[in-house]
Amino acid sequence: MTTYQLTVNDQRREVDVDPTTPLLWVLREELKMTGTKYGCGISACGACTVHLGGVATRSCVVPVSLIGDRPIVTIEGIGTDPVGRAVQDAWVEKDVVQCGYCQSGQIMTAVALLKDKPRPTDANIEESMGGNLCRCGTYVRIREAIQTASAQLK
Amino acid sequence: MFVVVAGWLVAASVKIANGNATSINASVASATPADGLAEWQRVYSVLTYPRCINCHTATNYPQQGDDRHRHFANVIRGPEGKGVAGLNCASCHQEKNSDATGVPGGHNWHLAPLSMRWQDVNDRKLTSAQVCRALIDRAKNHGLDGPGLLKHHEEEPLVLWAWNPGRRPDGSARSLPPLTHDQFVEATRRWVAAGTPCPKGP
Amino acid sequence: MREFLEAATSRRLSRRKFLRVSAGAAGGLLVSIYVDLPASAQEGTQAPQKVFPPDAFVHIKPDGQILITVNRLEFGQGVHTALPMILADEMDADWSQVVAELAPAADVYKDPIFGIQFVGGSGSIAHSFQQYRELGAKTRAMLVATAADRWHVTPDQCRTANSVVYGPGNQSARYAELADEAGRKPIPDKVRLKQPSEFRLIGKRVRRLDSRAKCNGSQKFGLDLDLPGMKIALIARPPVFGGRVRSFNDKDARSIAGVADVFEIPLAKGSAVAVVADRFWTAKQARDRLTIDWDLSGVEHADTRALTEKYRALARTTGKVAASNGDQNAMNAIAPANRLVAEYEFPYLAHSPMEPLNTTIRFDGDRAEAWAGSQFQTFDQMAIADVLGLKPEQVTFHTEMTGGGFGRRAVADSHVQREAAAIAKRLRGTPVKLVWTREDDVRGGYYRPMHVHRVEIGIGRDGMPAAWKHVVVGQSILAGTPFAPMLVKNGVDGTAVEGTADTRYNIPNLHVSVHHPTVNVPVLWWRSVGNTHTAFVMETLIDELATRARIDPIVYRRKLLKADAGKLRRALDLMDEKSAGWRNSLPPGHALGVSCHEAFDTGVACAVDVSIENKRPKIHRVTIALDSGVAVNPLTIESQFQAGVAFGVSQIVAKGAITLKDGRVEQRNFDGYAPPYMVDAPVAVDVHIVPSTEAPTGCGEPPVPVISPAVVNALAKLTGKRYRSLPLVTL
Repeated sequence: MTTYQLTVNDQRREVDVDPTTPLLWVLREELKMTGTKYGCGISACGACTVHLGGVATRSCVVPVSLIGDRPIVTIEGIGTDPVGRAVQDAWVEKDVVQCGYCQSGQIMTAVALLKDKPRPTDANIEESMGGNLCRCGTYVRIREAIQTASAQLK
Repeated sequence: MFVVVAGWLVAASVKIANGNATSINASVASATPADGLAEWQRVYSVLTYPRCINCHTATNYPQQGDDRHRHFANVIRGPEGKGVAGLNCASCHQEKNSDATGVPGGHNWHLAPLSMRWQDVNDRKLTSAQVCRALIDRAKNHGLDGPGLLKHHEEEPLVLWAWNPGRRPDGSARSLPPLTHDQFVEATRRWVAAGTPCPKGP
Repeated sequence: MREFLEAATSRRLSRRKFLRVSAGAAGGLLVSIYVDLPASAQEGTQAPQKVFPPDAFVHIKPDGQILITVNRLEFGQGVHTALPMILADEMDADWSQVVAELAPAADVYKDPIFGIQFVGGSGSIAHSFQQYRELGAKTRAMLVATAADRWHVTPDQCRTANSVVYGPGNQSARYAELADEAGRKPIPDKVRLKQPSEFRLIGKRVRRLDSRAKCNGSQKFGLDLDLPGMKIALIARPPVFGGRVRSFNDKDARSIAGVADVFEIPLAKGSAVAVVADRFWTAKQARDRLTIDWDLSGVEHADTRALTEKYRALARTTGKVAASNGDQNAMNAIAPANRLVAEYEFPYLAHSPMEPLNTTIRFDGDRAEAWAGSQFQTFDQMAIADVLGLKPEQVTFHTEMTGGGFGRRAVADSHVQREAAAIAKRLRGTPVKLVWTREDDVRGGYYRPMHVHRVEIGIGRDGMPAAWKHVVVGQSILAGTPFAPMLVKNGVDGTAVEGTADTRYNIPNLHVSVHHPTVNVPVLWWRSVGNTHTAFVMETLIDELATRARIDPIVYRRKLLKADAGKLRRALDLMDEKSAGWRNSLPPGHALGVSCHEAFDTGVACAVDVSIENKRPKIHRVTIALDSGVAVNPLTIESQFQAGVAFGVSQIVAKGAITLKDGRVEQRNFDGYAPPYMVDAPVAVDVHIVPSTEAPTGCGEPPVPVISPAVVNALAKLTGKRYRSLPLVTL
C-alpha cells in the first residue's frame, strides 16, 4: 500500500492503495466517485474515460503509480467546464441516453474532441468517438448531440 | 583486394561524415558487403518482428499481437501518429508498461511515420530489400545516417521497449524479438560498418 | 416470446390466462398456465393482483412532487419515462413535477398479464398501458372526489389540469393539498379514460426523465452500490461449463491485504471458487493468483466446429414439426432447376450489456435484502430466498437502474442471484456485492444459441414460392426452465422457429421442423430471440427470390405477404414512401437493401444504403418504418429504432461470434468479441411511425431482426455474393 496525492476535479485528495490499482478503481472505491464506469477493464470500451493532464484517458488501465501530478477531471466535474456543460446539455436536449452506462465515457471523449476541434466534421466525430462502445447503440444521437454542442459553443 | 579497398573507402567516408563513430572503425577491417547483407538480414528479422512492425504500418491503424491483427477499439494514426482527440495513444499507453492491466507503455508512445512503414496497405511485410532501402533513405528516416540509425536502435525508448514489452491482459508475457537487444545493436553496428548495404531486387 | 403474447393477450382470447408461479414441491419453480375461471372453480389457485391500488404507484408529496413507481426494470428502453407519462396524462399531473422510481419485487408490481414481475418480450407498454392509464384515472378520480366533497359540488362539475382541481366557481386546490385525504377515498371500480384527443403527454415526444443524472455521473447503477462494511466477491468459474473444483491453492491469493475469504461454492452445474475482499481490485488480483485444479471430466466439451458439422447433418433430416400446411409432396413436382437450396450458419452470441452482471445481498438470518438490475424480479427473489432458507417475502428485493440487459438479466435459473446468495449466506450480516468481470461475462454462457438452417424452396412460374421446406437446428432455450412444460409443444420450442413457422408471408406448402440438440452450453433469449436468425434467413431468401424473378424487392414482398398482415403492409408502404426519394438515386458504389419482419406484434420494414469501406459494410442510411399500434412516446420509439438497428448490426460485425474449442470459449473480452462501434453502426437512421389507434405493441426488440438481412441484401448487389454465414468476417 502506498499513499498518493491526486488532484481530482480541482480538489486535492489522498489515497492509500496498492500501486497497481487502476485509477478507475481508485475513483470508484476510494473516492466513492462512481460516475466513471467499469465496462471491460482492458481499455476497449471507453466507459472509464476521464481527463488526465488534459488528455482523454481510459482510467481502467492506468495504474495509480503512473499518474504523477497530472490533474484528473471526471464526469462529476466536467460540468463546470463550458465545453463540458454544453455537451451535457446537448445530450439532454437530444435525448441521447438509453441505459446510460456508457455515457459518462462518451461525454468525456466528446469534450476532448470539441476542445481540439470546435467544428468537427462527421469524419472527425467518427474517428474520435470510434473507440467508445454503446451497447444500446445510441450512436446516431451521439453524432447529433456533438453537432448541437458545437453549434451551441459558437 | 578491390572489395577491401572499397570497404575501407566506405568506412572512411562514414568516419569523415560522423567523427563520433569510433566504434565503426573497429569493424572496418572485417565488414564486407556480404557480411553487411547477412547482418542486415538479422536486423530485418527484428524490424519485422511483431514487437516492432506492429507500429510500422502502412495504414491508418496500428497492429497488436503476435498475429499482428488490427488494434482493437478502432484506434487510428491521426495526423502525427499519436491518435486523435479523445482516442490518443496516450489515452491508454503510459510511460511504462502496466502489467496488471495488460497495456504496454513507453515514453512518447506513437506510430512510426508512414515513411517508415515496413508493410504494405494489406498488412503484408515488405521485402528485405524494400525495408532496407526505406531505412537508409534520409528523406524518409528523419535524416538519420548510419551512426544515427545505430543510435536509434541503441537508445530510442520505444525500440528498447520491444525487449521489455510487458504482459498481455491474460497475464502471459509478450514474446520477444529473435535477437537480444545487444545482438540487434551489434548487427546494426556491423551493417552500418559495412556501408548499410541493401539486398538487390524488389 | 411471441408464444407468451399469443397465449395471453386478453384481447384475442375469451378467457385470460395467467402464469402461476410458485415453488414446486421438490424445490425449484413451478410455472403453469391456469385459466381465469370464476373463483369457485379455482380451488387453491391464487390469482395475481388484479386490483392495483394507486398508492403503490403514485405518491404525491406535500411540495407537489409526484413520485410514480414503475413496475419494470429500466435498462435503456425508456419505460422509466413512458409508464409515468401514461399515468400522469390520465391523472392530469404537472409533468414537470413527476419523478419516477423502479419498483422493488412485490405482488402488486407483477405484470398484469403474466402474473410475474419481469421485463421482456417487448411487453412493458403492451401489458401495462391499460393498467397505468387506469391508475392515473383512478388517482385523478379520488382527488376530484376529495375536492368535490370539500366544495359541496359534484365531481363532474370539476375539471383538472396540471396537478390542480378546479371547481365550478373560483375554487381550486392543488393535488398536494388534497393528497392525504384523497388517499383515504375508496378506489373506484370503473373510471373514465381519456379520448386520444385529450392526451397531453401520450403521443407526444417527451424527453426522458433519467437523462440528466445519466449525463453527470450522479445516476447510480447496481454496480455503483456502496453499503457500510460491504465486501466484493468474484468467482473463478470452470473453463468448461459444468466443471468442478478438484482442489485449489489460495495461499498467494490470501497473502494480498484485504482478502477476506476464499472458498468453494456450488454452481447450478459443477462448482467454482469464490474470493471475497474489501475492494474490487483486491478481489481481482487475488482471483488471478488462485491455482485451481479443475475436474473437467464427465461433461461435454462443446466445440463450435464439431457442433456445426453435427448441426449441418441434422439439418438434412426432418425434425419435430413446427408448421405444416398444404401438400407436403408439392416439392416433388418442381423441377430441380426451379428449386433453391440454402444452408445458413449462426454462431453463439453474447449479450454483453455494458454494465457487467452484479448483485448485492445482505443476509441477516431471518431476512435478507438484495439489490440487482433484474429482468426477472419474481424468480430472482424466490431463488435468493431458496438459497437462504427464507420465504420470498422475507427477501426485500430492490430493482436497480441498469446498464443494459437485452435478455441477459432474465434468467429462469437465477444463477447470478444464487451465486450471490450462497456467498451472502456464508458472510451472514455483511453485505456482499458479487461482480462478474467482462471476461466472466463473455465466457459465462447463457448465449443466443448457435443455429443451422436448411431451406429448400420450390419456385413457381410466377417467381413466388410454391413449396418451402425448412429445417432449423438449435438448442432449445426453454428446455429445462419452468417455461418448458407450457411452451415447448410436441418437442418444438417456439422461440427457435418464431418468424418462420408463423411467417406472415403467404407461403403455400410450408413445412418447418426443428431439431433441438442438447449441448453443454447454457443458452438464453437474446434481444428478439428466434427472430435474430429466422428473419435473416427469410428476408435474404425472399430477396433472392425477388432478384431471380426480376421483381422489385418491395413489390415482391407486398405481393407475397398475407392479406391480413396489416401491420407489415402498412410498415412496408410507409418505408416505400419515405425511402423513394433516395432509393433510386444512390451514388456509385452504393446499393440498396430492404427487409421487413414482424416480431412481438410490431411490423417493421427498412431500406438501407450500403457501400463497402475498408472491407466492411458501411451503412450510410436506414429508413425504417414501423406499426406498433398507438405510439405512446414517439421520441422513445425513434430512439429505440435508431439504436435497435445499431444493436442488430452485432450480428454482422467481424468479431461478432462466440466460439468454443474443446469446451472453452475462445473469446475473452471486447478485444475478441466486439459489439458494434460507431463506425459499424448506421450513420443516419430516419424512423417513421404508422399512425394508429390500436393498442400499443412492443418496440424494444422489433428493430433488431431487420437490419442484418437488409444490409446483406445490399451487399449481394455490390459483391454478387449471398452471405449465409454470420458474422461477416470477410466480404
